Amino acid sequence: MNIQGKKGTRRGLAAAYPSWFYLPAAIIFGVLFLFPTFASLFFSLTRWTLFQYSFIGLDNFRQFFSEPFLVWGLVNTLIYAVVTSGSKVVLGMLLGILLTSNVMVRGLLRAIVFFPVLVSTIGVGITFTMLMHPTNGLINDVIATFGVKGPAWLTDPRFALLSVAFVDVWKGVGLATVIYIAGIVSIPAEYYEAAKMDGANALQRFWNITLPLARPATITVIILSLIGGLRSFDLIWAMTKGGPGFTTDVVASVIYKQYQAGFYGLSTAGNVVLFVLVAAIVVPLSFALNRKEVEA
Amino acid sequence: MSRTISRRLLVAAAAGTALALSFASSAYAEVKLNFLVDNAPATVKASEALAAAFHAKNPDITIEVESRAAGGEGDNIVKTRLATGEMTDVFMYNSGSLFHALNPQQNMLDLTDEPYQSDIMDSFKSVVSENGRIYGAPFQMAYGGGVLYNKKIYAELGLSVPKTWADFMKNNAVIKEKTKAAPVIQTFKDTWTSQLFFLGDFYNVLQAVPTFPADFTANKAKFATTPAAIKGFEHQAEVFKAGYLNEDFGSASFDDGLRMVAKGEGVHYPMITFAFGNIFENYKDNINDVGFFALPSDDATKNGLTAWMANGIYGYAQTEHPAEVKKFIAFVASKEGCDAQTEAVGAIGPYMSKSCTLPADVAPAIKDLVAYFAEGGKNAPALEFLSPVKGPALEQITVEIGSGIRSPIDGAKLYDEDVRKQALQLALPGWE
Repeated sequence: MNIQGKKGTRRGLAAAYPSWFYLPAAIIFGVLFLFPTFASLFFSLTRWTLFQYSFIGLDNFRQFFSEPFLVWGLVNTLIYAVVTSGSKVVLGMLLGILLTSNVMVRGLLRAIVFFPVLVSTIGVGITFTMLMHPTNGLINDVIATFGVKGPAWLTDPRFALLSVAFVDVWKGVGLATVIYIAGIVSIPAEYYEAAKMDGANALQRFWNITLPLARPATITVIILSLIGGLRSFDLIWAMTKGGPGFTTDVVASVIYKQYQAGFYGLSTAGNVVLFVLVAAIVVPLSFALNRKEVEA
Repeated sequence: MSRTISRRLLVAAAAGTALALSFASSAYAEVKLNFLVDNAPATVKASEALAAAFHAKNPDITIEVESRAAGGEGDNIVKTRLATGEMTDVFMYNSGSLFHALNPQQNMLDLTDEPYQSDIMDSFKSVVSENGRIYGAPFQMAYGGGVLYNKKIYAELGLSVPKTWADFMKNNAVIKEKTKAAPVIQTFKDTWTSQLFFLGDFYNVLQAVPTFPADFTANKAKFATTPAAIKGFEHQAEVFKAGYLNEDFGSASFDDGLRMVAKGEGVHYPMITFAFGNIFENYKDNINDVGFFALPSDDATKNGLTAWMANGIYGYAQTEHPAEVKKFIAFVASKEGCDAQTEAVGAIGPYMSKSCTLPADVAPAIKDLVAYFAEGGKNAPALEFLSPVKGPALEQITVEIGSGIRSPIDGAKLYDEDVRKQALQLALPGWE
């Protein structure tokens, strides 16, 4: 009786907002989110010139998967996502440990590490394109003083993708570091004190306390940077435009090129594919990581 | 199954207002037209000069020049603005294959019956027409695709302009041996510049296989299986393999290329001649050191120029002021219009209106170019003016072939695949 009464009260509270009260939010959601989502699903099934369209079923998806560079782009996307995400975890954690310890000018160092996060990606891309120029870029000039001839960072197919990934890490590691700093600071100091009493050295303390207890931070960094890596576009476009040729094309740049060429239906189909791809990788991964955390 | 999205529905309200305004405009003489052009400095300068000259003659009509990005991005801007009913009254755009993608019959004013059409060259009219109706007038000049070369180094080494590929390679060998300059300049940072060995070779393709454009459009001829058509790719690979390229070909830009050829840091730069405009702007002191020749062929007697038609100027079908728009377009196509452009940006090629003439004191490279267009000169339009099909990934493919990442035959196969998408998008017969 009592419980029922409580339920009734709750219902009464819900009714305190009349249905029309939801309307403005629902309209915004419908117009800005639901409608575009379903429209793009629809247009991905058409050949669309913006002026007219014809329904062609799954032909766009067939074409997209037979794109000679799609497979290559998929491989590049995965390499890029794994390399950047992995480096951000490792570097972010190391920097996080450094910047939570009692180093001098800690605040300044934290600011320096975080600074690249604030700069526009396109600006970073253009700057590094100049720094990495094979004959008059600063990086190769520095290498040349040691008597070594530096490679063509962005135009040699062997280095191009990794060069862009390096810049991505440089730019994004600050965010990972901040997340790690928050995670590490929240570990109670008593654990370290107790471990010290037991005679654990620094490496053992890191391995047995910091690493496991910073796990939520690690998961956050992995998921965020993996999603970022999978749908990365702006930096690659600013630095190589998928080039030389198609060698640094990722899924997002393949999609953009179809759009640029005026194949609007095809590029929309590509976006649907990318959406499914990101969801198919990140959702199970996030699920698995978080479940383990609960078990632990 | 093809349906037209009713833009009229979307802009019904706007159209109503437009109608009302168009009645009003005859009562009030002051009219303002917007003119959308690409943002190349020379284009903007020429357009503003045209606007000023036209306004001086017609004080009741003001032309406001608006600029947009060039290249693929610009194509999207134009298409989006047309699709949403937001196009300016007058706009410039490519002629040829890209023109057809704009759906001219729905989007552009019909200019077929304008009096000045008799003054315009038939070759131009054919690339702004659809189903026998003319939708455009020439804006700016015709271009050629060929090789810019450094005349000073040619003179020093006693070289002569090559007409055959073998002679061209011989010249390259001499340049490599005797100078520090790069025999051939490539600038793959601006990927579009990588296509000229291939696109500029089309005159030679047409000599060998005159039916190629029609067969290609009908899906009966392929680049990979037409030996004459694949030669452009092979030449590009050959130059790379011989080590004739500038060291930084992968990261050099279009402007780097122009500097190199103007200042003699490199000797041959395969390019479209609208580059003259930039040389005038940036390397004026070296203007007389630059010459031009068509891409060499196998047979010296059959050598000629692959020509690019001038851009078009078009009226928007739903403009509020069709009469004034037509008046402005007529002015651009007239001799006065040509002279206003020449005065603003110099003469960098032949005009497409018969009454337009070039000044006598043009630079050597322009003289070289105009010779191909003159009486008895050998030229043929580029493939994009004979066929609506052009694959969008060509510039990436030529970068790969030109840097040794991909072989010419693989590149040709890939391009055939790329072309298919465009043909399907245009719903051409014979493609599946």
